[in-house]
Amino acid sequence: MKNVEESYDVVVVGAGHAGCEAALACARLGLETICFTVSIESIALMPCNPNIGGSSKGHLVREIDALGGEMGKNIDATFIQSKMLNASKGPAVHSLRAQADKQDYSRRMRMVMENTEHLHIRQAEVSELIVNDGRVQGVKTYSGAVYHAKAVILCTGTYLKARCIYGDVSNYTGPNGLQAANHLTESLIANGISVRRFKTGTPARVDKRSIDFSKMAEQKGDEKIVPFSFTTNPEDIQKEQVSCWLTYTNEKTHEIIRANLDRSPLYSGVIHGTGPRYCPSIEDKVVRFADKERHQVFIEPEGNYTNEMYLGGMSSSLPEDVQYEMYRTVPGLENVRIVRNAYAIEYDCIDPVQLKLSLEFKNIEGLFAGGQFNGSSGYEEAASQGIIAGINAAMKVLGKSPLILKRSESYIGVLIDDLVTKENTEPYRMMTSRAEYRLLLRQDNADLRLTHYGYEIGLIDEKRMNYVKYKEQAINEEIERLNNTFVGTSQNVQELLESKNSTLLTNGVTLADLVRRPELSYDDIEPIDKDRPELSEDIREQVNINIKYAGYIERQRRQVEHFKKLENKKIQSDIDYKAISGLRSEAVQKLDKFRPLNVGQAQRISGVSPADISVLLVYMDSMKSVKNQPDD
Amino acid sequence: MFTTDTIAAISTGTMGSGGIGIIRISGDEAIEVADRLFRSVSGKKLADCASHTIHYGTIVKDGKVLDEVLVSVMKAPNTYTREDIAEINCHGGILVTRKILDAVIDAGARPAEPGEFTKRAFLNGRIDLTQAESVIDIINSQNEYALSSSVMQLRGKLSEEITQIREIILDNTAFIEAALDDPEHYELDGYEDKLTKDVDKCVDKLVSLLKTSDNGRILKDGIRTVILGKTNAGKSSLLNALAGEDRAIVTDIAGTTRDTLEESISLDGVILNLTDTAGIRDTEDIVEKIGIEKAMKCAENADLIIYVADATREFDDNDKKILDFVRDRHVIVLLNKTDIENVISVEQMKKYTDFPVLAISAREQTGIRELSETIRKMFFAGQISNNDQIYITNARHKNMLKESINSLKLVKESIENGMPEDCYTIDLLNAYESLGKIIGQSVEDDLVNQIFSKFCMGK
Repeated sequence: MKNVEESYDVVVVGAGHAGCEAALACARLGLETICFTVSIESIALMPCNPNIGGSSKGHLVREIDALGGEMGKNIDATFIQSKMLNASKGPAVHSLRAQADKQDYSRRMRMVMENTEHLHIRQAEVSELIVNDGRVQGVKTYSGAVYHAKAVILCTGTYLKARCIYGDVSNYTGPNGLQAANHLTESLIANGISVRRFKTGTPARVDKRSIDFSKMAEQKGDEKIVPFSFTTNPEDIQKEQVSCWLTYTNEKTHEIIRANLDRSPLYSGVIHGTGPRYCPSIEDKVVRFADKERHQVFIEPEGNYTNEMYLGGMSSSLPEDVQYEMYRTVPGLENVRIVRNAYAIEYDCIDPVQLKLSLEFKNIEGLFAGGQFNGSSGYEEAASQGIIAGINAAMKVLGKSPLILKRSESYIGVLIDDLVTKENTEPYRMMTSRAEYRLLLRQDNADLRLTHYGYEIGLIDEKRMNYVKYKEQAINEEIERLNNTFVGTSQNVQELLESKNSTLLTNGVTLADLVRRPELSYDDIEPIDKDRPELSEDIREQVNINIKYAGYIERQRRQVEHFKKLENKKIQSDIDYKAISGLRSEAVQKLDKFRPLNVGQAQRISGVSPADISVLLVYMDSMKSVKNQPDD
Repeated sequence: MFTTDTIAAISTGTMGSGGIGIIRISGDEAIEVADRLFRSVSGKKLADCASHTIHYGTIVKDGKVLDEVLVSVMKAPNTYTREDIAEINCHGGILVTRKILDAVIDAGARPAEPGEFTKRAFLNGRIDLTQAESVIDIINSQNEYALSSSVMQLRGKLSEEITQIREIILDNTAFIEAALDDPEHYELDGYEDKLTKDVDKCVDKLVSLLKTSDNGRILKDGIRTVILGKTNAGKSSLLNALAGEDRAIVTDIAGTTRDTLEESISLDGVILNLTDTAGIRDTEDIVEKIGIEKAMKCAENADLIIYVADATREFDDNDKKILDFVRDRHVIVLLNKTDIENVISVEQMKKYTDFPVLAISAREQTGIRELSETIRKMFFAGQISNNDQIYITNARHKNMLKESINSLKLVKESIENGMPEDCYTIDLLNAYESLGKIIGQSVEDDLVNQIFSKFCMGK
């Protein structure tokens, strides 16, 4: 029998949220790309929560969009409810979240993939990496077919040696009973990649007809829907939205859980994987936060064409009968019927310390990795890494330097830097508090921050780039104008201030001074601003934010300047830390393990002290190995 | 490190050499910082002066003239650090030199780390490779120093209080962040009131820390010292010996009152403030006339008690009583008149007391160096040989205290101005970080860990 043998520029293993972005980026850059999935039906599958975005994750989606990714467009086309979280808080923490029609989301992404030139989809299980002399050459499938490639991107998500568990039932399948990928792990290990085991979980899906919504609080979408993608016209997506519902657990629920803890695989020791702290199962919540009398449960629709509802907040791996018992203690769920059980899932993933900031393996050239395989969690985190892994695999094939986003310019930069620089012992989830410069990294200015990268790479067209350039200029000019336009104590000014409950003027001030007042905004003072140019809403928003928070923004800019200096000091890749006298042995060990690219990254490794950094800098200077140039 | 932020330190080697003190300022804003304090006789700004020139004038802080000075202006790149440098040459002795350094720090410079000028000189290519090793040594000693000092401080009240304050700050930050991250679970409405109270509490504590930080006071203002002893023991000659011609005498110290302080003496870089011993001097027998109670009262506020015993006389009950009453204090027993025939030796004296006993001859001026060594050991745990560094370290701590207070004030300002909650946490975390630098801890993942441990997050 003769085996199939084909050649491509790039092989992508997996077609989840990371795999799709990776494959699309490569194909759109003109590279012949083949994307493997164990099931065509599971392309861009949302096996857990039915929403995209949320706190800090919304930021990631916006950034993916600014780089030329698909996630934002896909959710704009398939959402059934949309909400701007934290709208009453500061602009840095506004976060968009949309409920998706899961099937629609998956179907649309599949169509986009199928209709992208240079992109080929193949249903098969990749079982082996082909590596020669530290360079990846391609992959082999379980059937023995060989696919040669210049670069390979691993986005296997939760499928590697996956096991789903509830009670004493355990199935060796991926999410939703899909086939697991059971063979690739051995090949990874054989190639020197260290593998570990993480776990996560999902709540039950229940039948809408069995829920009494009158006992729950309705959660509606926003009246004015804001799109994720900068390319989506807001007017095109205003539509009827579905509701979510809020209810609570109670003491009865908790009693049942406590009484059955011995039957939970988490507590009986059946599950070995490390689970995330931020997304605990309901049994975890009850044990760890014993003083809490109740926990929220969000009932979220899975789509427009199904009666399945997602029980957000109640993921579990308790046995089927206990699941029934505990769900039925929750007001509105007294007669609930389960469609799919809650379960925990365990899977193989890697310690991302083995990766460079470009998401290429340090030890295997041409091999990249993205998504949950890297120890992250969440659709958006996965997609973010996917697009970066895709771009950088393409850059590798094209002989160009990789795209490395800095912590000071993007959440994606924070995400990847945290993954490859810090020791993560649980699935990593993005949070706004992880971004130290978040006032600069707002979801509203992701286009201003990142579009130029997408353009330089070739994923953003000229027209879109030109609009961003125009927008930037218009914002700056308008701020300048407001800083230099004075108003006095004239009657119309005082009347306007009075109507807004704002202190009256005693002498002349600039319009910018007025915008800075908490009770006023740029739009509010329009009546007393005669020479105001006609500007679109997105530009007006930027003008308002930049003036209002100027003091804080300036402070963060100064911090960033400080930060960049160390970030720009590159460390030679062959540096021998053991040869540096004066470096403490713990620092030698850690630096050797992480092999940071620059001094800034070295500084963030736990166990490396400021004094160690000084020693390192002095050594580097004496070896003339510091180059004062920006990262490429 | 390797930023061009402006640093300052006293660059004259050891303290107490008398004569001229030099404060060196280096960095992008060095000349600007000096200009903020310097009033030249010619009325010219230093920034407008040519490089490598010297200017005569005064240093003025809050409208008060601190000293007459000469300021050298040296512009990059032909300077020691290859950065802009301003050097203030003053002649007012140790206290004034330190006051000027304080003023320079208030004007925008930051206290230099030990060896930082040299490090900058090296990194800016000013010093050649052969000197690199010595720079590494400096940094290493800094490493060791940081360790020993943090161990020392950890035992102290300072560290304990700072840890408590940091805890309050982190708790508040974690709650706000949890609410921002999971707005559907945690509500921030009305939280400003609690935050304001907590911030006020922290600011109060930090302000009092800043005031009472004992080490800082000792280093800055000197060690409050009381000399006790019977009349013929030789207190006066000890005073004279300490204040001899080769020692710097600093008198008329601003901010201290003359009735509690007579003389400030620098003993090889350690400043001793001797309390007014007039009463003791005039008295024929301190024990009889003032009594033990009075002696105790005199010693009550002292950091150091020097007990002068007469080696030519027997150790009697009065000696014992006094030593017993000061047993919990820092005491050094000086056995005076050891140059003439004596009836009690150091060894014999050590049987009566656990305090350090030193032989001294005030008349012959022997044993003075041992005295200063003992004082150093007592107050600086023998860790530091250069008093300059201790001062700088403490100036850094003080600076961090000030910075954290400023950050907390910015939090209050944000609250009062109705800014959104995420603006609070920027300054809360800055305060947390500044305080962490005092006790040698950084932010790392404290916040994320706190959020997860205190708040039930997520789906």
